[in-house]
Amino acid sequence: MSDVRAAVVFDHVSKAFGAKQVLRDVSFEVPAGQVLCILGRSGTGKSVTLKLLMSLIKPDHGRILVDGDDITGLNEVGLSRVRRKMGFLFQDAALFDSLTLYENLALPLHRLTQKSPDEIESIIDRVLGQVGLSGDRKKMPSALSGGMRKRAGLARALVLEPKILLADEPSSGLDRITASEIDELLLGQKAEHGTTVLVVTHDVHGARRVGDRFAVFDKGDLIAFGTAAEVEQSEHETARKLISEQ
Amino acid sequence: MFDWIEFVGEVTLFGLRVIVDLFRPPFEGGQLLRQISETGAKSLPLVIASGFALGTVMTLHTRSTLVTFGAAATIPTVQALAFFVEIGPLVAGLLLAGRVGSGIGAVLANMRATEQIDGIESLSIDAFKFLVVPRVTACVIVLPLLTLFMDFAGLLGGYLSEWSASRITFELYITRAFANLEWSNFIAPTLKTAVFGFIIGTISSYFGYTTNEGAAGVGRAATRSVVLSSLLIILADVILVKLIFFAFPENAL
Repeated sequence: MSDVRAAVVFDHVSKAFGAKQVLRDVSFEVPAGQVLCILGRSGTGKSVTLKLLMSLIKPDHGRILVDGDDITGLNEVGLSRVRRKMGFLFQDAALFDSLTLYENLALPLHRLTQKSPDEIESIIDRVLGQVGLSGDRKKMPSALSGGMRKRAGLARALVLEPKILLADEPSSGLDRITASEIDELLLGQKAEHGTTVLVVTHDVHGARRVGDRFAVFDKGDLIAFGTAAEVEQSEHETARKLISEQ
Repeated sequence: MFDWIEFVGEVTLFGLRVIVDLFRPPFEGGQLLRQISETGAKSLPLVIASGFALGTVMTLHTRSTLVTFGAAATIPTVQALAFFVEIGPLVAGLLLAGRVGSGIGAVLANMRATEQIDGIESLSIDAFKFLVVPRVTACVIVLPLLTLFMDFAGLLGGYLSEWSASRITFELYITRAFANLEWSNFIAPTLKTAVFGFIIGTISSYFGYTTNEGAAGVGRAATRSVVLSSLLIILADVILVKLIFFAFPENAL
């Protein structure tokens, strides 16, 4: 498998939790600047794929390469360096609930960059403007609606200008219009910054709109990978059903 | 049996990691101040009220016996020794285990369940240093200070109880209270509560930080934190009292 110009490479990755095999010998690569949508029924290892990529959990077997770095053997310092290249939008946003929205965004900027307070202020203003939360900077996460929390989580994921953006069900629980706004933000990130995006989603309509490639998981196996047209021709009925808009 | 040995090993390593990370930059000064406020300032009313009530009740109980033996003059001394040597440190530790231990366990377990800890890690921030080390350090710093408040609140409660019975003056009460009290009666027992603070912070953080049982785990982490912290405080007290007697033989009454 070639690692050249691939932003993300999964190379024969397996992961089990106890007796349950969550991923089984999964291999794929995502070229830089593309959007990969990961589809599959619940509990088939989609979110685990993102967490493996962020090294929040470790694979049992195989290699994972992020921007050319094999993260499976990295220590905390090395991981920290690789994580700087990535942003993660969690399913429930995972905002730090004792901090305001502004403080949530300022935290990584204060901790990981040498930027002045004015620069930090200006970055946060810009990112909050992008996600439409400029007027909510002083709110606590508990005071935000589901859609606002999702956008706030996206703002936090974008604040360090990641090369790779991971989004775990960014449109779940949202109305069609808000979900569409989130999709627009992801597409904008790809178009303006060349960001590589990996999206775990159940929203086929949104996935087909933003995705360049699709990975379909079933019971821990990667059963289909490719463009929408290629997945539609898959030999696996589950893959064809999941990519179908009907 | 093997599970217990494994558990003890994990908690020990967790505690050692706290000590190592405490001296490794970056230092979490802001988080530490926040936790001192959360742990210390918000526990103060509970500690003072408990100390005052215990001091009052203790004098009520001891007075009749000491008066019977013609030892009414020793009531302040008994009160001061009891509070400074044992009651203050132990009760302050148990109160903090209840109030703060359960809080730390529940907050960290909730952060784990809602992926906030993963969120912090994903930002390249060391979640252990950011969340655990300041909480344990705050417990270590705050508990000796809370113990002082407990001691003096107990003494004040004892004075008011004694004044209502004998109209003793405050000056005389204090003079008698401190007449037979050595510095070693005061300093070593107060400082031993730093160990209690370490136990509370470490055990509670361990249960909260390492739980992975979703929302159901939050309550369990809080309960386990209080139960094990309290038990270990009592066990540690026995050992530390022996060590204090070894270091200051004159303290052995």
